[in-house]
Amino acid sequence: MSLVTTPINIDTKDVLMEARDVEFDFGQTPALRKASVSIREGEVLAVMGPSGSGKSTLLHCLAGILVPKHGEIRLSGERIDTYPEHERSALRREKFGFVFQFGQLVPELSAEENVALPLLLGGLRRNEALVRAREWFERLGIEGLERRRSGELSGGQAQRVALARGLVAHPKVLFADEPTGSLDSLTGELVMELLVSAAREDGTTVVLVTHEPRVAAYADREVIVRDGQVSSLAANSPAS
Amino acid sequence: MSVPLTLLGLLEREPSHGYDLKRDYDLYFGRSKPLPFGQVYATLARLTRDGKIEPGEIEAGDGPDRKRYSITPDGKHEFETWLGEPIEPEPHLQTVLFAKVVLALMLGRSAERYLDIQRAAHLQRMRELTEMKRGDSLIDVLLADHGLFHLEADLRWIDMTAARLPLLTKAVTS
Repeated sequence: MSLVTTPINIDTKDVLMEARDVEFDFGQTPALRKASVSIREGEVLAVMGPSGSGKSTLLHCLAGILVPKHGEIRLSGERIDTYPEHERSALRREKFGFVFQFGQLVPELSAEENVALPLLLGGLRRNEALVRAREWFERLGIEGLERRRSGELSGGQAQRVALARGLVAHPKVLFADEPTGSLDSLTGELVMELLVSAAREDGTTVVLVTHEPRVAAYADREVIVRDGQVSSLAANSPAS
Repeated sequence: MSVPLTLLGLLEREPSHGYDLKRDYDLYFGRSKPLPFGQVYATLARLTRDGKIEPGEIEAGDGPDRKRYSITPDGKHEFETWLGEPIEPEPHLQTVLFAKVVLALMLGRSAERYLDIQRAAHLQRMRELTEMKRGDSLIDVLLADHGLFHLEADLRWIDMTAARLPLLTKAVTS
């Protein structure tokens, strides 16, 4: 067994996303303190750490949902934290996909409409968006559930619908925040297997926030966020 | 893993040759550590001497493996007793992990760094076991799950210890 006990140098040309010395406060409470991390193109990165350590805040900063007080967020070398809100919003829609702990499906829409949502928001015609959305139901083993509403789905089914929604527009990066947190072990395992294999097939980079080691074990590597900083051992800074 | 009791269990199914016992042992219980033939035959000889199993007639043919062993009533009794007993729920309070953390703190070294290194090693092993589950064998899945849950328990201890390092430092240095 080879032990990963020293920082891995990432060649800068492989880096798709990075956070550099990012700081973010919630009011008077610092959440991130000079947090830095680099993410390779196509990799599945687990962001681990105790509750309140800042791991979800780091994900939100990377995804352009929150704007850091200091520091930089870069995508393909370009700073995105300086974009105005409408450009960050477009970026989230076009380049990023999201899966959260509780699926967060829109209850008024059917499962297939939920999956089609990112395509519809991207301007695709309804019929075409639904055709593309339906392809995902077979791919994730939830065929037959297309017309159901979220209240008629089990937790595992709803999370697979949410996963389909996160991947349907072929994002560059999928951000997954505790995607199995509300599921039992077996169902969580199935969702992780589907998430990782679908992302690998499509070449999608995944940033996976989790406090569960068994979920993190699906990732290529992990970083630990502690007290708002990314652990030096696992930070894996790019070679300069 | 008790080799004699496991072989007794395999013989409880049906009388078997040493070769069959080794094959089944390796398949189910010896994935990472196959049983040497020498140990199979030495164990069978001891079990025979103790009256737990008995060899059948020597069968015609070549090679050393011409005896089929059967379990005796004594052997069955021993196996059944063992099967019905819970194994010692060991709390593992004095592990190497624990010793390293306490010694690091006593000597003013970075226990946090040691815990980080150990966490990375545990997660690496968990990745390997998760990969092992991607095959078709349910036996592999169950074995990997067993390893994963134990490693996860260690990791929970590592995380709790990391969170308690300031208090622990006071306790071991005062």
